[in-house]
Amino acid sequence: MPPLGTSEIVFGVLAAFTPVWIAVALLFVVSFAFQRRLSLYGRLFETGPGLVGVFICAFWLFTALMADLVAPHGPLEVFASVGKNKVPGTIGPEGEMFLLGTDKLARDVFSRMVYGSQIVMVIAPAATLFAFMVGVTLGLPAGYFGGRTDTVLSFLANLVLAFPVILLFYLLVTPGIRETAVPQVMSGVFFLFPIIFFATLFYTRFKERPQLLAIQLGVVAILGGWIYSSLVFNADPFGLLSLEPNELNIFVAVVFASSPGVFRIVRGLTLDISTRDYVAAAQTRGEGPWYIMLWEILPNARGPLIVDACLRIGYTTILLGTLGYFGLGLIPESPDWGTSIKEASQLLRLYAHPALPPAIALMSFVLGLNLLADALREQSLKD
Amino acid sequence: MAMFIARRMGVMLLTMLCLTFIVFFLVTLEPNLRKLSISQTNMRATDQMIESWLVKNGYRDNFFVQYGRWLGVAPKVPNIDPATGEASQRFSFCNDPIEPTYSGVFQGDFGCSTKFRKPVSERLWPALANTGVLMFWVMVVMVPTALVIGVLAGMREGSATDRSLSVVSITSTSTPEYISGVLFTVFFASYLGWLNGSAASATNPNIGVNFSNFTLPVMTMAVYGMGYIARMTRASMAEVMTAQYIRTARLKGMSFRSVVLKHALRNALIAPFTVIMLQFPWLLTGVVIVEVMFRYQGFGWLLVEAAGNNDIDLLLSCSLISVLIVLSTQLISDIGYAYLNPRIRVS
Repeated sequence: MPPLGTSEIVFGVLAAFTPVWIAVALLFVVSFAFQRRLSLYGRLFETGPGLVGVFICAFWLFTALMADLVAPHGPLEVFASVGKNKVPGTIGPEGEMFLLGTDKLARDVFSRMVYGSQIVMVIAPAATLFAFMVGVTLGLPAGYFGGRTDTVLSFLANLVLAFPVILLFYLLVTPGIRETAVPQVMSGVFFLFPIIFFATLFYTRFKERPQLLAIQLGVVAILGGWIYSSLVFNADPFGLLSLEPNELNIFVAVVFASSPGVFRIVRGLTLDISTRDYVAAAQTRGEGPWYIMLWEILPNARGPLIVDACLRIGYTTILLGTLGYFGLGLIPESPDWGTSIKEASQLLRLYAHPALPPAIALMSFVLGLNLLADALREQSLKD
Repeated sequence: MAMFIARRMGVMLLTMLCLTFIVFFLVTLEPNLRKLSISQTNMRATDQMIESWLVKNGYRDNFFVQYGRWLGVAPKVPNIDPATGEASQRFSFCNDPIEPTYSGVFQGDFGCSTKFRKPVSERLWPALANTGVLMFWVMVVMVPTALVIGVLAGMREGSATDRSLSVVSITSTSTPEYISGVLFTVFFASYLGWLNGSAASATNPNIGVNFSNFTLPVMTMAVYGMGYIARMTRASMAEVMTAQYIRTARLKGMSFRSVVLKHALRNALIAPFTVIMLQFPWLLTGVVIVEVMFRYQGFGWLLVEAAGNNDIDLLLSCSLISVLIVLSTQLISDIGYAYLNPRIRVS
């Protein structure tokens, strides 16, 4: 059968995303209906960049959630009868459509791009969240206490920041290092921070109300212990969460590389906010230092931190792409965008079509996050 | 000021010591040593052969002694034949000494590259020179473009020019090198056929750097950094334009053009200077991606080769150089900031 024309390909791709369009449309209708009550998020819809940013991020989020509905084929399915490096719009012998062609191993480029979004959508926000936990838990005391705490922690943060990211990944994400205890020890240390953070958060606020505190600490211990054991030791008693050793390796390396950046921002914000009157008032009331840090300073630093989180998820996405591009950590047949770009760029001069969809996907997602961050910054400055 | 620089230098040395120690620890982990040994003996080496190679070449000596040898505070020893007691060179291709000698980084000896079978310095300096050429052209393209975009966008905040230039710079910060490289290669090299998709010929002394082989790598690298500098310049320019002295200058009847050029520009360019300096660590990652992508034999390419083959001495030297670059640009940016802005006092 002759391949499809350009317009048929464009409509075909747009039609394949139908469930995503419906979901995004629903989200927009709901958001507009309740815009007034949604504070900062609602105000994003007032500006052009905010609107586009929300749209792109929602688009990729729903694509990742509904990848099984969107993608016509599996990410690893090989169509030997169709052939390798077929142009976009190729129609297979049994009438299957390959909207964006096939790659050098005769897999569907479009389906791989769609499934690739799942990997990014899971690792990038989760790694950013963990990096924030580490950065906040260490940055608050560094900024608030100053002195020796600050000197030691800042030195450590600068140490990691002085490493070129790529060198760090070449040293920390290798098959060899997975045979040693290094990733496990690192994850063992880093994944403790969320537990410490939430335990301190609840303890400082509710220590006068032991019954409520006991419930909260119990929940933290159970949830934290469950996630901790499944991530660090890959021993989930319920069998719900699991991480392959290579995924843990990537995850830890990304958290390690981005937490010093968060630390620096939190430390700077804390230095600034510590001089405010409400902090002095809390000190006069006799509140403990951790209560002041977690319940007075942190909530007031949320604006810049939310903006930074958006930028950082984008940056983590770029880092994941870099890892994939250098073939570090991710398995060679993984459909993630970076690996796909690496695979396709080896034959780039002959066949450009397998490289473009993952490249444009990654770029658009990061662009969406950057626009979102820009709009958030503008909106939070208006307060 | 002298005290400030001296203290910073001290911290810098300490940081470099810590970092090389960490790198040394990571490259001498057991799996990495085995990998090195296998590549140096042969693919089908038995465990015994691997072990004896490691013992013979001193990789089984005390960890701190090995690190000391690299630094130059412990003597590098030749291989001693256990049967005859005769000393032989450790790596003959590097002309290693036969007597124990203090020869480490402190003495200016960067060691021996097991991958290239040459002293590290023979590979490192030419590679750095190549990367220097690339960086020079990247800076020549990136900095003026970014500053012009930033100043144009920031001088009338909220105007149509500002909006559209902001979108341009946000797009450019969202395009990492491995994406822009692919897009540019597809468009300029494959589709239009104007430019060369590989920069391998640029290191060939007979051909050298020319427009056709160097434009794509330079463009690819410049795009990612440009947007960030432009955003910072815009923010700084917009802030300066709201200052009292700009309003005074406007009210006394100066033209907008000369207000921007004579009053605003100098003050608006202080912040971007810091940002440009702090871009170097980012550019290092870019250098690695671009040099691998366009097959340009510079520092980034060398780093990937060293890391891929666990070439211990070469990798340590690469880390040392990159950390030195990162830390010295930070120092220059701090000093330069104080120098450009008289209101800031260091110490």
